[in-house]
Amino acid sequence: MTGLFNRLGPQGLRLLALLAVILLLLAFFASQIDGYLNARLFSRISGSVAIMALIATAQTLVILTRNIDLSIGSVVGFTAFAAGSLVSANPEMSALLLVLFCCCFGACFGAVNGLIVAYGRVPSIIVTLATMAIFRSLLVEYSDGKSITTNTLPAWLTEFPNMPVFTIFGLEFRAAFVTALIVVFAVHLALTRLRPMRQFFAVGSNPEAAEMAGIDARRVVFSAFVLSGALAGLAGLMFLARFGNITVVAGLGFELKSVAAAVVGGVNIFGGSGSVIGALLGAVLVDVIDTSLVRWAIVSEFWREAVLGALILLSVTTDTLFTRRLFAWRAARAHARRDAALAREARS
Amino acid sequence: MTARLKSWEGFLLLSLLVIIGVNASLSPEFLTLGNQINLFQLSIEKVIVALVMTFIIINGEIDLSVGSMMGLAACAFGWMVKEQGVAAPAAIAMALGIGVLGGALNGWFITRVGLPSLVVTLATLIGFRGLARVLVEDRGLTDFPEWFDALGQQGLIGPLPFALIAFAVLFGVLHIVLERSGFGRKTQVIGTNREVAEFAGIDTNRHKMILFIASGTIAAFAGLLYAARVGAVRGDVANGFELDIITIVLLGGVSIFGGTGSLTGTLLAILIVLNIRNGMALLNITGHIQTGVIGLLLIASVIVPRLRLGFAGKKAA
Repeated sequence: MTGLFNRLGPQGLRLLALLAVILLLLAFFASQIDGYLNARLFSRISGSVAIMALIATAQTLVILTRNIDLSIGSVVGFTAFAAGSLVSANPEMSALLLVLFCCCFGACFGAVNGLIVAYGRVPSIIVTLATMAIFRSLLVEYSDGKSITTNTLPAWLTEFPNMPVFTIFGLEFRAAFVTALIVVFAVHLALTRLRPMRQFFAVGSNPEAAEMAGIDARRVVFSAFVLSGALAGLAGLMFLARFGNITVVAGLGFELKSVAAAVVGGVNIFGGSGSVIGALLGAVLVDVIDTSLVRWAIVSEFWREAVLGALILLSVTTDTLFTRRLFAWRAARAHARRDAALAREARS
Repeated sequence: MTARLKSWEGFLLLSLLVIIGVNASLSPEFLTLGNQINLFQLSIEKVIVALVMTFIIINGEIDLSVGSMMGLAACAFGWMVKEQGVAAPAAIAMALGIGVLGGALNGWFITRVGLPSLVVTLATLIGFRGLARVLVEDRGLTDFPEWFDALGQQGLIGPLPFALIAFAVLFGVLHIVLERSGFGRKTQVIGTNREVAEFAGIDTNRHKMILFIASGTIAAFAGLLYAARVGAVRGDVANGFELDIITIVLLGGVSIFGGTGSLTGTLLAILIVLNIRNGMALLNITGHIQTGVIGLLLIASVIVPRLRLGFAGKKAA
């Protein structure tokens, strides 16, 4: 047990705990709601998680470097709208080109945030609070009061989210969800294996020390924002494909939802620790609660937000207390080991 | 630092005069007393909450839950009066009590559990709004007692409505507290350096607790004012107000890292934001674009003083 405990580390344990909470919740709701656990539930949750997971991942990248991105909802909305008008004007356009366009479009917004935060040295909460409003007002100006409707979009785009890729135990894995999973795992691999991405953690845990170790902290923060913008752009495309009808309020409120998913997923709001897998699980947990409370007869669906708020507080509190305990326990054990070694030395 | 703040306030005052000049030339109606009171009246709830938010941010914390607390208090009041048959004065007292409790809840998690205020108040931003929706669901409640609506809609002393007088009194009191009292001094010390404050024997946890309770209570008060002014409540009352409020405070020169800032700055920022919005409305510019312009101002408010400081630094060297 102790061996497993050590091998997993606090991050691994956190992910296991999250997974356990999700399974317990599913079991609980299954006992409360008739015919709850079925393939339709899986499709419904995986469909909305596909978008939230991308946004939570984008937010995580920024939070890791000790920043925050409140403009993410506006970026998602703007990209969805721009991609919609582009593709309805050129229905023959290739899918790859559209994906590239969305990523670049989002990355440009990220670059604006990144430039002001990293090189203008303005706190990210101020910058992105402002750009959230600025990007949204640009969208209003750009849209000219029009909106995108499903019937102007090519069929391949609107059919994409519901296209089955493969099936396990009768659960249909659809294209949007699979794409999101692939992207999240790719980012996870990059964060754990690639040197430039490891620097996100270094800058987030201690910017001064990172600078002294020869890391260009400003460039790291800048790239985190650009990358996060690109992911938000991709999420915008998924949003367009899933909903089809895009107005100027698309993506409103995503900024706080993404922070919530990341924080529930164990990403430290002060930077330096966390994983995108955690953010993915956080997004799943939030969505399971969201989807299930609507169907739970005892409680009115209006409890959704209240429960979500309580859940965030609960998960962050347990996380903090647990981590504190764990560090105290480790320090005590290291002490005991040293004392034992000293005693042995004294005897010999 | 103080000198820089002073120069920032000077800059704000200058901008305000320019904006008023431009607006006055756009419309002869602009400078009338009626328009100026109207201007304040339409955003009075945000403006009142911004006063306490100034203390919170100077203290090095943030309270994102104020907009939701305004909504919760307004909805709780409407629910008690219209659906539970509680007398309006008792409902007002209970709604304020909810503000005290909500603030204490934020304060407890921040001081006792040691969580960052950004996370705690993000959670209660969602949670308080959720409770407001639980109470009124998707209904709209209206037809409050006549005196209650009158308090929000008519002048109490001459053309001055109750909310405006409350704001003026609150501003005067809080200004003295921040600049002249030990409490205000402690707020600044804790915001500048919490450890130093601890070593100086200040009970920083107790201090933060008081501030968050004050923030919750004033937000609930502002929510009630909103209910009185509009004469109706819905689940989405004051949705998103927290961002406007924080923007005003930061524009007023309060540092997001805590320690520096003044209520004079906040007041000037309030006047600037209100007058810009009014001026743009006179030019038929929509609300979304107005918010975008305020956003640009917010970024400029941090970059411009730094440029000036860098310039002064070079000259000194």
